[in-house]
Amino acid sequence: MRKIRVSKIRNTVRELCVKANTLLRPDILRALKKARKKETHKTSKRILGVLLENAEIAKKEKRAICQDTGFVSVYIEIGQDVRIIGGGLKDAVNEGVMKAYKETFLRKSVVRSPLLRANTGTNTPSAIYTEIVKGNKLKMTVVPKGIGSENKSAVKMLNPTEGEKEIISFVLKVVKEAGPDACPPYILGIGIGGMFDKAPFLARKALAISIIGANPKKHLRKLENAILKKVNRLGIGPMGFGAKTTCLGVRILEYPTHIAGLPVAVSVGCHATRSASDNI
Amino acid sequence: MRKVTTPLTKSIRKKLRCGEEVLLSGTLYTARDAAHKELAQLIIKKKKLPFSLKDNVIYYTGPTPKREDGFFGSCGPTTSSRMDSFTPFLLRKGLGAMIGKGRRTPRVRNLIKKHKAVYFLAVGGAGAYLAKKIKSSKVLAFHNLGPEAVYALEVRNFPLVVGIDSQGKDIYG
Repeated sequence: MRKIRVSKIRNTVRELCVKANTLLRPDILRALKKARKKETHKTSKRILGVLLENAEIAKKEKRAICQDTGFVSVYIEIGQDVRIIGGGLKDAVNEGVMKAYKETFLRKSVVRSPLLRANTGTNTPSAIYTEIVKGNKLKMTVVPKGIGSENKSAVKMLNPTEGEKEIISFVLKVVKEAGPDACPPYILGIGIGGMFDKAPFLARKALAISIIGANPKKHLRKLENAILKKVNRLGIGPMGFGAKTTCLGVRILEYPTHIAGLPVAVSVGCHATRSASDNI
Repeated sequence: MRKVTTPLTKSIRKKLRCGEEVLLSGTLYTARDAAHKELAQLIIKKKKLPFSLKDNVIYYTGPTPKREDGFFGSCGPTTSSRMDSFTPFLLRKGLGAMIGKGRRTPRVRNLIKKHKAVYFLAVGGAGAYLAKKIKSSKVLAFHNLGPEAVYALEVRNFPLVVGIDSQGKDIYG
């Protein structure tokens, strides 16, 4: 049994929140540079340049990439041979978030009740998802997501006899509806399977996967490529001025589902999709 | 590139064309969802507004808190469509221009034309870059709204694109 102190968890969450909010992910940075190089639309090329300059300023001056520093989701894979000591896991995670947002002057965007709308002033609580896995490590992934793109995310219960074609047409519909509003070029996290709740969970989780490198599942890799190609034919482009680059990357996660269903969810990520991971 | 300074009088607004890139200097007033709801309520109740809307510019943003140096770290535009239901009240009070990101409803577009106002677009997700164009800021109203309070921002050469011009021409069609 490996003991991990909550203070270690708190510090890790704090560091990950700061990192995710101030350092644009290297995979997205690379994709933006590539997009800028091949973009022929003059204004769009200039906008992509502004986004790269923005990332540079944020990194150098430890500023938030975007003022919407998000609602924080924290995914924790807990090795079954780990024992957490010194306090509660949930408190440790929330204290880490709180510290990061206070010390780095990140925006506090959480309201206590969705109906009463009073700001908690700490950007907590976060949404914490735990999963027990084999081993004696603790893997933490922090995803602070802005709501401009989240408001465009959607879930649909397809029929089991439908398939790739209907999935693609649903994704295209979601991206078209997002249009210029949610900060394209987009990163799309797609969740397929499970029941009604599982697909959106997977979709958001997929956003935390690097957009460089291939999906280990061949049928998903094929679908990711098909979606990327079709979305980039929509001609939305940076700020929606009509250009080649509408989507920087697509990531799909799947889970077994019921014989009578095919749930699909799309989590729309902006060009400043943020996440950071670490192992303890 | 055309440079304009606030207040944005009707004669300035009428010169701006859809798709044109503009550098704006002067005062911007921040207001987003909660502040719009408050402002619309004050207008409906015929109460005095905390600042004049006449020929002024509202920036849809909720900046990150001020840093130790007294400046916002990040201050980019938020999605404009969420303000659409409140915008008609503000336009009727003489609002000159709005800054945000994304599409507006046909109703807002028509009212922009009617009032000869302008809708500007700023680059979404470039909050750090845009914050550096802000020279000073002070909280003006609705302090209790935290990140949604109304601030007066002094900006220099704030980079914008005309999204909807005073003739109602819309970059998104």
